[in-house]
Amino acid sequence: MNYLGLIINIFVSVAKTGNDRNAFTSFSCAEIRTLCGNWRESRQIDRSKASSLGKLSEARYRTMQFYSRRKKLIGNSQTEQLYGHCLQFYGQPPIENISLSEFETFAVDRLKLLKTVENLGVSYVKTSELYTKKLDAEFSNLNFPYKIEASTKDDRKPQTGPSEYEKRRKDHISHFILRLAYCQTEDLRRWFIQQEIDLFRYRFNHLPSKNIREFLQYNNLHYHTISIDKKKNLMDKLVTSSFAVSGSTVDCQDFYKVPFQDALDLVRTRKVYLNGGYVYIPHQDIVTIVLNDFRTRLSKALALTARSLPAVQSDERLQPLLNHLSHAYVGQDYSIQKSIGKISLEQIDPLSAKSYPLCMRQLHRGLRDSHHLRHGGRMQYGLFLKGIGLTLDQALQFWRSEFVKGKVDADKFDKAYAYSIRHMFGKEGKRTDYTPYSCMKVILSNPPSQGDQHGCPFRHSDPELLKQKLQSYKVSPSGISQILELVKGMHYQLACQKYFELTHSIEDSGFSLNHPNQYFMESQKLLGGPGAGVKVEVKREDNPATKPPNPSPHQTPGPGNLPQEVAAEITEDLDSFFQDA
Amino acid sequence: MNHNCGCQPPMNPTEEEEEEGNSGQLSEFRARSNVKQRTAGTFSYQHFRLNQYICITSEMTTADYDQASLPDLLPLYYRRLFPFSQYHRWLNYGGVTKNYFQNREFSFTLKDDIYVRYQSFSTQNELEKEMQKMNPYKIDIGAVYSHRPNQHNTVKSGSFQALEKELVFDIDMTDYDDVRSCCSGADICPKCWTLMTIAIRILDRALRDDFGFRHCLWVYSGRRGVHCWVCDEAARKLSVVARSAVAEYLSLVKGGDETVRKVVLSDPIHPFITESLTVVERYFSQYALLGQDILGSKEAVDKVLALLPEDVRKKLLQYFQTEKNPEMRWDTLRSMAQDKRTTAKKGHYFEMEIMLQYCYPRLDVNVSKGVNHLLKSPFSVHPKTGRISVPIDLRELDRFDPFEVPTISLICEELDQPKTEEEQEDTMENENKKEAGERRKMRDYKRTSLAKYVKLFDNFLEGMAHSRKGEVLKNSDLQKDF
Repeated sequence: MNYLGLIINIFVSVAKTGNDRNAFTSFSCAEIRTLCGNWRESRQIDRSKASSLGKLSEARYRTMQFYSRRKKLIGNSQTEQLYGHCLQFYGQPPIENISLSEFETFAVDRLKLLKTVENLGVSYVKTSELYTKKLDAEFSNLNFPYKIEASTKDDRKPQTGPSEYEKRRKDHISHFILRLAYCQTEDLRRWFIQQEIDLFRYRFNHLPSKNIREFLQYNNLHYHTISIDKKKNLMDKLVTSSFAVSGSTVDCQDFYKVPFQDALDLVRTRKVYLNGGYVYIPHQDIVTIVLNDFRTRLSKALALTARSLPAVQSDERLQPLLNHLSHAYVGQDYSIQKSIGKISLEQIDPLSAKSYPLCMRQLHRGLRDSHHLRHGGRMQYGLFLKGIGLTLDQALQFWRSEFVKGKVDADKFDKAYAYSIRHMFGKEGKRTDYTPYSCMKVILSNPPSQGDQHGCPFRHSDPELLKQKLQSYKVSPSGISQILELVKGMHYQLACQKYFELTHSIEDSGFSLNHPNQYFMESQKLLGGPGAGVKVEVKREDNPATKPPNPSPHQTPGPGNLPQEVAAEITEDLDSFFQDA
Repeated sequence: MNHNCGCQPPMNPTEEEEEEGNSGQLSEFRARSNVKQRTAGTFSYQHFRLNQYICITSEMTTADYDQASLPDLLPLYYRRLFPFSQYHRWLNYGGVTKNYFQNREFSFTLKDDIYVRYQSFSTQNELEKEMQKMNPYKIDIGAVYSHRPNQHNTVKSGSFQALEKELVFDIDMTDYDDVRSCCSGADICPKCWTLMTIAIRILDRALRDDFGFRHCLWVYSGRRGVHCWVCDEAARKLSVVARSAVAEYLSLVKGGDETVRKVVLSDPIHPFITESLTVVERYFSQYALLGQDILGSKEAVDKVLALLPEDVRKKLLQYFQTEKNPEMRWDTLRSMAQDKRTTAKKGHYFEMEIMLQYCYPRLDVNVSKGVNHLLKSPFSVHPKTGRISVPIDLRELDRFDPFEVPTISLICEELDQPKTEEEQEDTMENENKKEAGERRKMRDYKRTSLAKYVKLFDNFLEGMAHSRKGEVLKNSDLQKDF
């Protein structure tokens, strides 16, 4: 890939502000060439006058519109050239200049969008109507290119909101800003790629077929099709291996033959005919190949962007913003322990009955019964225990005392298992302080297999067994049916939250559950136990409900010239947007 | 002691042991569990010492293995029997990629379960010398890294990365515990070994026909399972995501202890599943109905019935009151499923689901996923059973008997038997001359029951060399490079 091709040229305008909001002028700018690391401070920034930025966002929007340098770029031909299609492959980075405030709004909006994509992806089937509806709503809320407008792009009818061009531009620029924020670590990259891919899939799937062809052509994507004879020969296999393909539809659509490595999602789920290392993909599933291309390119681009990172990080105005953007995705990771050492080993049994989420209760029970847990279980439960405040010594004592009751003697324990417990606490190997697993991780990764007891009981148990288990834990029959209903709809976290409400006899838990340790803390908070202190100190906002769920730009403190306090305020606000989302 | 009678003594009477934690990131050195000495009286194993060989009579050639003799036998094995030249030929892959052998990770498990990771060797000779010095109880093969693994500490962290490895599969009999009634844990017997036969048939077909791989080496693990090494260039280059996709394509049995119905089929039935079912079909009646008697005892029947829809279950229960013959029972169950399919709109495939749940291969997906995951090497000794990890001949698969796989004691003994003292002196003299040593080694393994397995390995390597040659020709043709 062309080295210079990745240059993002972001123009940061630093606002000088006065009391009169109409007297707003832009007077200082700096050009960031992220890859070249070439900073040109054209004028000194006036820090002292940066106050009451919040009020001025409106004015800033107006200024933007009259911004002369940008205006040159909005020639009609260039619009076509830049954003000829409503869906982008993000091949070329933006080359225009933008203000710092726009930089921020764009980034925040896209992050909100990606966050929504992530949340919806957990709660709904990705092809379901509700998923589509909710995502559609988010698109129009945040002014991203909306599918219906795709076909009406030539209409120049008066619109109340931003024009299609503005939306596409926002889509484009915001994507590249987040690339900057999310290229830093393997984890961030993985998250970003995953969400962007889901987003892309959703948008691609809703393109009319005419637009798909246009899109492929526009981005020079060509794939190998098979001959009609071959198609006839393979008819049977093609029909039985591709979903929603019948004899008649096989005839009228193209099949693409690509190496199986290019359509892993279809191979993984066995939704395609695979022979001799090649998959035969019907045109209706072409999204897979395109997505694969998209993933490969994005992943390469992120790796390249990461190299240029030092240049961006040396900017004190952008750096806190980017850092906070990138932190927004994980939320609380429950690794910082304020309650460390506050729980004694004797308390674990009663706590497991009162305050453990079902997954941990199951693991604890399994451990007590069989005096053993397999690797997946030890990891999931061990890190949870670390999260609720067990010290390394306590953890070693806890596991050892249980294991020696079974088939493992103390010596074998020290040789075979103690290592991995110290490893969990970052005392061995590469010395990473591992964080407890989130619900997402428990639900999505490493499903339990024969002999395993880890995983999410709501996700990985047979409904019948789950029902029995809940009965044995004295959950009311009506409660059980509510939970099973949620499980059926694949809302595993909501099911768990319902379980929380039922076992704690409260109407509405008032939080949104996404972590087993969060469950524990919330429970302890209600019951006033030893783990309760943690939450208040660790989580910054305790009552997210009081914050506006969708703050408009007016409420966002503008970051024109960023003194430390303002920056802190912004980032705190960002936190609240996303932890809550 | 005859090992081929109906009911086998379990191969390992000690506890079930988890085999995990070979995952790459874990540790360089890792102390693992103590080898539990088999207590006297559990089994009447013959004790062997090197100096005792001479007085062993010919009828005792089915030598039993005793763990305590391993330290004495290993030096002999590595000095005279281990097929180093083939081994190097394999991992060198024709020397096509630079440093392919040199950057390969080996890891040794030494006495007292001292675990040494990140070993690497620049030549066959170096590997040979080191193995003869260390006499590892167990050898694992890891990935080909970006740098020499034995220097991994000297390169900047993050830049030392696993690049390539064979695509591997590990099938372990312990994972079938809920569906076999004959043994549990690490024990195996000829009855449940059929499961491994089925597994190999199904996976080998899919790897060849579906994925287009040509070079799959199937190896008996030495105790209770089999390994597969897919050695095609394309397979070695697969990413982690691709490996996991392949493994998931091949996995049909899902769920842990908390899941009852572990195979769920839905319309349409993918050609891969149809093909796999044809394989299961061949063995099902003999293995499951007669061997495991899954429709015999009350408990077994209950387990099967739990997988059926409510109405079918009731009808069958009634029918089973009078009909006791398992094959008849199965036929009825099956015809009910077929009836159901013709009447109901959505597919009912419960008879297929049962067949798959009881017979379909259960893969350890994590082993296949990781590029840096270690797997026990072919021709390594299993320290608990003493059996050599040998290639399996797929043409003779149905006749493969894990209890016939030679133990280290057996082949060491075979080596000693026909030797006269004169010959031994002769070899002592030639010890220093390398060529003579090589020739002697060739002769040595050929005199033991290891020979046929080395021959198999040779054939496998020959096949790879052949397709490499074809590849080179094709490329030079393309480049018009005559």
